[in-house]
Amino acid sequence: MTTEGDKRDALRDEFLAEAQEIVESLSRDLLVLDQSQKESSIDPDLVNEVFRAVHTLKGVAGMFGYAELGRIAHQLEDLLDALRLGRVELTQEVLDVLFEGVEDFQRLLSEERTDGGKDERVSRSSRPQTSAGKSVAPSIAPPPAYLPPKPASAKPQEVDPLSQLDLDANVLAVLTEYEEHRLRTNVQQGVGLYRLRVRFSLASIDASLEELKARAKPVGEIITYLPSMEGGDGDHIDLDVLLASRANAGDLRDLLVAGGDAILSEITIRRDLKTPVPAPMPGGGTAEVQFPRPSAVPSETDAGVPRAPAELRDLSADQLSLRSVASTVRVDIRKLDHLMNIVGELAIVRSAVGRVTERIRGRPELRQLAIDLHRVNRGFERHLAELQDGILDVRMVPLGHVFDKLARVVRQVAREHGKEVRLSVTGAETEVDKLIVEELSDPLMHIIRNAIDHGIETPEVRTDAGKRRTGTLALNAYQKGNHVVIEVEDDGRGMDEKRLRETAIQRGIATSESAREMSRDEAYNLIFLPGFSTSASVTDISGRGVGMDVVKTNIARLGGVIDVQTEVGVGTKFTITLPVTLAIINALLVRVHDRQFAIPIAAVQEAIVLEKRHLRTVEGREVLSLRGSTLPLCRLTELFQLQRPIDDTVRQFVVVSSLGSRRLGFVVDSLEGQQDIVIKSLGRSLSQVRGLSGATDLGDQRVCLVLDAPGLLEEVLSATTDLGIGLGGYAS
Amino acid sequence: MSLRVLIVDDSSAMRAFVRAALEVDGAVDVVESVSGFEALRILPRESFDVVIVDVNMPDINGLELVAFLRKTPQHRTTPVIIISTEASSRDQERGIALGANAFLSKPFEPEELRALVARTREARGDGRT
Repeated sequence: MTTEGDKRDALRDEFLAEAQEIVESLSRDLLVLDQSQKESSIDPDLVNEVFRAVHTLKGVAGMFGYAELGRIAHQLEDLLDALRLGRVELTQEVLDVLFEGVEDFQRLLSEERTDGGKDERVSRSSRPQTSAGKSVAPSIAPPPAYLPPKPASAKPQEVDPLSQLDLDANVLAVLTEYEEHRLRTNVQQGVGLYRLRVRFSLASIDASLEELKARAKPVGEIITYLPSMEGGDGDHIDLDVLLASRANAGDLRDLLVAGGDAILSEITIRRDLKTPVPAPMPGGGTAEVQFPRPSAVPSETDAGVPRAPAELRDLSADQLSLRSVASTVRVDIRKLDHLMNIVGELAIVRSAVGRVTERIRGRPELRQLAIDLHRVNRGFERHLAELQDGILDVRMVPLGHVFDKLARVVRQVAREHGKEVRLSVTGAETEVDKLIVEELSDPLMHIIRNAIDHGIETPEVRTDAGKRRTGTLALNAYQKGNHVVIEVEDDGRGMDEKRLRETAIQRGIATSESAREMSRDEAYNLIFLPGFSTSASVTDISGRGVGMDVVKTNIARLGGVIDVQTEVGVGTKFTITLPVTLAIINALLVRVHDRQFAIPIAAVQEAIVLEKRHLRTVEGREVLSLRGSTLPLCRLTELFQLQRPIDDTVRQFVVVSSLGSRRLGFVVDSLEGQQDIVIKSLGRSLSQVRGLSGATDLGDQRVCLVLDAPGLLEEVLSATTDLGIGLGGYAS
Repeated sequence: MSLRVLIVDDSSAMRAFVRAALEVDGAVDVVESVSGFEALRILPRESFDVVIVDVNMPDINGLELVAFLRKTPQHRTTPVIIISTEASSRDQERGIALGANAFLSKPFEPEELRALVARTREARGDGRT
């Protein structure tokens, strides 16, 4: 049963979801506008779309009582209205105001999502006229210069070009203010006006419309679509499309009337000026409106009017009437988590059935039963895998969501620092688990800020160095097996290996001896250590207390790794490798003494038998010679202080874990197979224990700890001190 | 007999708001349409006690839809309420001129919508519930 409170929450969620969607598409459109402004080819449709987005946002913010959001939207709307009506020119300064508005929207929405109740919402009746509290007004209020006072109307002595059109007053009566403005502008610019009468099947109207739009876009601007009842039957509708185009009637006919069934007629512009501007019809709620009948339309018959394909026409009335155009639903991620947990439980049930089957198989008299059961279980397994893939697929969102946000950051930071930066993005369609995408934006933002602040040089420096004036920042994403790789690459000054070593010594991170012995890669990886910063001066964007060490930690928390490659004068490339999802992982089960551990298979390169004769000790650390290279080892017995008599005669295994370019071998007693596991977070007492990322239930009342391979790799390879981690009284 | 309402608005939050506002009164069947085009598909085949239309929609705007409704035989007298923002009095006037029965300016309270729906039905003379 739903309560009033639930309904309110559902409405609020609906508002937040829509507002977020609007802000995201707004951001994308602004970036396109930014580009087209630089190329001086601004699409009026796009400006109108941006206006409409902000207009809708203002409307819903008002409806749902979000005063601050509504106020900012209102200010932007005024600016955008002036833009689309041609009263203000689109400049970089105007774009700055718009981008700031988007940032404000994002901030308000994320605040609302995180603090829920204590927001800026006020009931309309008590809404103060002046903005209360945390005002963002100063940053957003457009300077008055951008907003000339709205002209009261067209100057009286000027003849309204609309009055010169040979167009039915009833057509003009249904135009919105903006459509009227576009019509007027086109006429003033001497663009030809056409009326295209088309007949669309009601069943396929959306597709037909998109096709028409696509064909008309390159040659002109569609002002509006006027639905008409005349000539339409129950299955079809006639539309009068008002089109402005510089193309001549013949070419347009070839393009838009391809099959010869739509009807195109030119709207002439009269030079006699007698017709008054059509005014809204006075009062009365029953005005009859006659839609224009182009003289070229022969009669009520279907002759010469496009027909939908037969199969679409044959849909029955009931089938097509209430079908919605929107075929998507929004789902709370928590619901998907819940479904995923159930799949996890089912996977556990399946393993349990598998084990029971094995036991039955051991009894000769039940052999046939075991075979049957095994077959059924295989079917179960297959469908379960499909279910799991299906749910995982639903959780996936394109990285474009976070890339759009980053594009705004690039623009903003570049402007703040007087750098010229071109952003190139590939693979925005690469899909990653929604939760990973959410967590990625902060680390990526930091890398990008660093790249622009410290990496890319000023235009002058670049020119002097013989580079292109404008720096390039590339964001590339692609899928590689079960992983997604994201590269952030700049063509800036790169990092100086020598300076990195010096800084490490200065900061006490390395001794002069260890700094000298470091490999190139090790030197580059110094930047990921806490307390390390290479910039000579701390600027406002890098001095935010978040260093690359936090970036690395955040990425490791997502089961990913980050690597850096750099070359002085050429640029720097960060490569982030992430799992596609966090919800369920395939793990290698291992046994150490009397305990079982799961190692994420994504972190496992191979498992080999430990050959004692290949063991060596280097700098007090146990290593294994493996096919000519040296593999540092980590004994889980020691790591977790598991008491066990040393018995060198027992065969042991090494699980080689690799993340990025570094490797570590975990020494274990036995390998116990692979299994899909759903990671559950650890209880309080164990959540502080390093080296573990969670626990999982293997389905036979056995709890198994999940090894935090990336974390351990990090820690063991950089540690010089004792790493013993006590599991205390933890019982398996 | 239950009240049957069509809401045409490209904003899903607005549709949800209207639905929530009207469903408080119990037997209300709210049909949602996301665009003027979708409404064109629904309207010739369905009857409604009240049609609520947002003026500012892409492609087919609310005014065009009002004009269309008044041309459709079974909707000649269907009560129509148009929704727009406070600033667009021009569009409100035009909507009324085209045959809408009433207009509401955003933002409005759920009670205002309920009262207006009740009034427009009474005005039509079939204020059954």
